[in-house]
Amino acid sequence: MSSLLEVKNIKKHFPLKNNQLFSKEKHVLKAVDGISFSVKKGETLGLVGESGCGKSTAGRVILKLLEASDGEILFKGNDITHVRGEEMRKLRKEMQIIFQDPYASLNPRKTIEQTIIEPMKIFNVPRNERNKKLERLLDVVGLQSHHKHRYPHEFSGGQRQRIGIARALALDPELVICDEPVSALDVSIQAQVINLMEDLQKEFDLTYIFIAHDLSVVHHISDRVLVMYLGEIVEIGDVHDVYQDAKHPYTQALLSAVPEADPHHEKKRIILQGDLPSPANPPQGCKFHTRCSLAEEVCRAEKPALKQVSTSGQMAACHFAKEVVG
Amino acid sequence: MKNAAPLLEVSNLHTHFFTKSGTVKAVDGVNFEISPGETLGIVGESGSGKSMTAMSILGLVPSPPGRIVDGNIHFKGDNLLHKSPKQMRKIRGKEIAMIFQDPMSSLNPVFTIEKQMMETILAHENISKKQAKARILELLDLVGIPEPQKRLKSFPHEFSGGMRQRVMIAMALSCNPSLLIADEPTTALDVTIQAQILELLKRMQRELDMAIIMITHDLGVVAEVCDRVMVMYAGKPAEFSDTNNLFDNGKHPYTQGLMNSIPNITADKQQLKAIEGVPPDLHDLPDGCSFAPRCNHVMETCLSTDPELRKVGQNHQVRCLLYENYSTKAVET
Repeated sequence: MSSLLEVKNIKKHFPLKNNQLFSKEKHVLKAVDGISFSVKKGETLGLVGESGCGKSTAGRVILKLLEASDGEILFKGNDITHVRGEEMRKLRKEMQIIFQDPYASLNPRKTIEQTIIEPMKIFNVPRNERNKKLERLLDVVGLQSHHKHRYPHEFSGGQRQRIGIARALALDPELVICDEPVSALDVSIQAQVINLMEDLQKEFDLTYIFIAHDLSVVHHISDRVLVMYLGEIVEIGDVHDVYQDAKHPYTQALLSAVPEADPHHEKKRIILQGDLPSPANPPQGCKFHTRCSLAEEVCRAEKPALKQVSTSGQMAACHFAKEVVG
Repeated sequence: MKNAAPLLEVSNLHTHFFTKSGTVKAVDGVNFEISPGETLGIVGESGSGKSMTAMSILGLVPSPPGRIVDGNIHFKGDNLLHKSPKQMRKIRGKEIAMIFQDPMSSLNPVFTIEKQMMETILAHENISKKQAKARILELLDLVGIPEPQKRLKSFPHEFSGGMRQRVMIAMALSCNPSLLIADEPTTALDVTIQAQILELLKRMQRELDMAIIMITHDLGVVAEVCDRVMVMYAGKPAEFSDTNNLFDNGKHPYTQGLMNSIPNITADKQQLKAIEGVPPDLHDLPDGCSFAPRCNHVMETCLSTDPELRKVGQNHQVRCLLYENYSTKAVET
């Protein structure tokens, strides 16, 4: 299988306001600071990390809702980093996004029909086809045909998320970026939406980039997982490998912190001290060293490179992870 | 289970809201008790009445339109429902403290944390400002705020989410409450910070021998910290049990549904077994069991008969018609 999407060393830096009147010094916030990965057609890549680690920004840079400060984005082998205008418009059809908050991401003054048909209108889908498609979409996401004349406030959170999904699928995209699609939903509804997304992936051969902070959900839905810390990749690999045998101390701590719904299972918990450092002023060397229990002199001085740590292609960025060539 | 007299005893609590579009039975017949040093979990989805149960205990039901129409809340032997607002004000913050989900909106943004904490302490205790300040420093240190001396003059926005929640906890603990009600205290936080906060709550509980009511929708959090659990659905308790027993031997179809719908981080992937449908509209509850429209064990009688809470084992009660004839053999043994 070839890669559908490949990102090479993308960076997104936001300039910060300078508080000192006469200082010429410019500060930047490095939200995403050089990440590279590829996504194969039909797979799901999970993107996890604490809030402020840059996972949503990375999603938006890939969709080109934000312009990358540096790096390359290849979609189906074409460089789309600097594509603009008409060409970009065509590209939008292929990549869609599902947002976290189903209350904020639907226009309250449009009926469901108008919301789902809007993208098809923009891309000049013939009228009769539009309606057929609308019925089909409502059906696959589990809504009834008579719902189409209703407004968003008439639906529950779970149903709204289904509408958001239907809208994202209206133009048959290849890549869907899901930014915390289930974190605003109740547990019982969350499972319905996750199942729906899995069914749709099979039916429409979709590729997902699934951004979430809930590690159990990511474990469930992803084929591969990418762990970010302060704008950088700390670990990436097959979801099974990473969850069973994490090589980076941050991934280990993150996984051990998940409360498990099993009162008998006593697990060893690594409690990280302190908060995520400010991304505006990240630590030198390995960015994780301020909270890491293994940290030594080398971690403070030198930034570890992402290296292969298992024969199956798992990669981690830690001085203490053993490199495996294979 | 402790043998001591219960610290709090809630019996037959009904909190209803009288709105234009009809009566909403937000809490409809809740009974539980909690002993010193114990943690009780209240689990449920949005609208299940778990937060309103807490508000009823604290006497904070927004009125109108809400009103406690029936029931008793005994705290240390006194009925809280017979207290005047002034007496309740003395109890809130001192005897019973609460921490909320969103620390940003429950702290006052225009006062320093020193001022806010000072206000709480001076309102309840007859001590000097100097003593109060010493207590604040001690508390901030206790909850793990680095260099408390420096942070006293900080405003809430200068803290991160986890740190703000720590300030909230310090404030809640400032008068050594005997009962702490924690309403989704970690929902807004990252897992790493959540682990820190849960650890902190457990430690504080041990040190102060306080009882905690932990309101949450996260069964992982329940498994971690609670001794006993009440599962709520549409304003009523659906199941009541010891935590271990609930996870091994959950009886109510809703409890089982909840357990099946959370993805497991260790097990292999399987399709999640979601509960079909949506929680009912509290304005218009179905006749019979409120869970019947979503239940996969639904029987003819469920649609007309609303079951009672029935004892199915030691410290284990279920509100479900499936267990109607269960009691005779199981409980006595």
